[in-house]
Amino acid sequence: MNGVKVDLNSICGLSENIVAREIEDEFIIIPLVSGIGNAEDDIFSLNETGKVLCKRLDGKKTLFDIVDEFCEEYEGERKEIESDVLDLVSEMVKRGMLIVFG
Amino acid sequence: MNNNRSIIRDLFIELTERCNNDCAHCYINLPENDAASQDKELSTDEWKHIITEAADLGVLNICFTGGEPFLREDFKELYYFTRKLGIKTIIYTNACLITPEFAEFLAVYPPLEKIEVTVYGMHRKSYEAVSRVPGSFDMYLRGINLLREKKVPFVVKSALLPYNKSEIDEFETLADTIPWMNSLPVYAMFFDLRARRDDTEKNEFIKKLRVSPEDGIKFLARNKEKYLKAQKEYFSKVMCSRNKKIFFCGAGHGGGCVDAYGMLQLCLMLRHPDTVYDLRKGTLKDGVVNFFPIIRERESENTEYLKRCAGCFLRGFCVQCPAKSWMEHGDLDTPVEYLCEIAHAQARYLNLVKEGEKAWEVADWQDRINRFTNE
Repeated sequence: MNGVKVDLNSICGLSENIVAREIEDEFIIIPLVSGIGNAEDDIFSLNETGKVLCKRLDGKKTLFDIVDEFCEEYEGERKEIESDVLDLVSEMVKRGMLIVFG
Repeated sequence: MNNNRSIIRDLFIELTERCNNDCAHCYINLPENDAASQDKELSTDEWKHIITEAADLGVLNICFTGGEPFLREDFKELYYFTRKLGIKTIIYTNACLITPEFAEFLAVYPPLEKIEVTVYGMHRKSYEAVSRVPGSFDMYLRGINLLREKKVPFVVKSALLPYNKSEIDEFETLADTIPWMNSLPVYAMFFDLRARRDDTEKNEFIKKLRVSPEDGIKFLARNKEKYLKAQKEYFSKVMCSRNKKIFFCGAGHGGGCVDAYGMLQLCLMLRHPDTVYDLRKGTLKDGVVNFFPIIRERESENTEYLKRCAGCFLRGFCVQCPAKSWMEHGDLDTPVEYLCEIAHAQARYLNLVKEGEKAWEVADWQDRINRFTNE
């Protein structure tokens, strides 16, 4: 899982080994099984953009599709948005929070 | 996922009052096979309903306690259900009922908070003098060894009793070997009476097991420097609130407790019938949002309370509260003499009151606190 390479053609979804919750405008990812995250009690908290991204990781869209949507909705250079999306998705894949389908 | 704002963050769930041990000092335990209690306990579905509502209200932490929570045959199911809702759990246990399969299960699906294991003695004789169940020492040992082997994070705590008080060093040596212990273990020693007010004989025995205020202070202050530092920090931050209100703690703020029969309580100890809310007839949200604030507004009309506690500068430092009055006297505000003595003994040790002085009669208390915190 940790060695999977992520690129803009990747299709990702939330792992069944985590639970995503929204509490008081905070989007948090809580491990269900051991080995998720860096510590036993690791809760991963995402900002607004991270939250939107996670909600779009539906196991159908590629990251390229999601970057397209972000470019239409947010101001910013495409390269910068691509880089932010790939960084966050790679980090979450590394932590076992996301599954890469293809 | 849900979009609700957080109404409460923490919930205590007392799954059962039954316990496999029979500790003499316990405020709640009923026999393991107490059929009447078991019949009244919430069903699996009723618990799931409450836990689901808790998640919807934003609860992030649930503490499973008892009695011994592992006595519930559906514990594993309720635990997994809770974790699947994205809730972290804490478990209070004596560890006796932990099997290899259950330890493995906890290793795969970690609680995300350290399990808290109470240790009653370091040897069979002392442990079973407290637990009063033959074989329980070996069961507890097996339990913590399984947790250790499977790397399930846990900490140990103890109850200071005549049977084990000579084993403190040994206990703390054990605590030192547990990789998840970040500080010295905590001890219960100023024991509460029966929370259901169900057994006067047991209450008399609990009173005999209580440590005297003077011995309690000696124990609390055995690391004098650390103790003084903690007390100075406390007194430098706390503003003395002197009024008629009987609730000045955090009970019911951001949390609550559900007993084995579905009664919502402001705290784990307070079971006065006027202060509990029946979740079989209402909702957790109604209990927390509408019922708790009404209870918390209560003011005392008890002349002793008004004369002593309401005007005492040790209020808050002393652990007198409605729950303690309930357990000791059956009401919400009769001062508990034992707790008053403990608070005064500590205050004498800290030179905040003199021998024979009553803290509620001290006029220059603010100066004394300033002197103490600036020493």
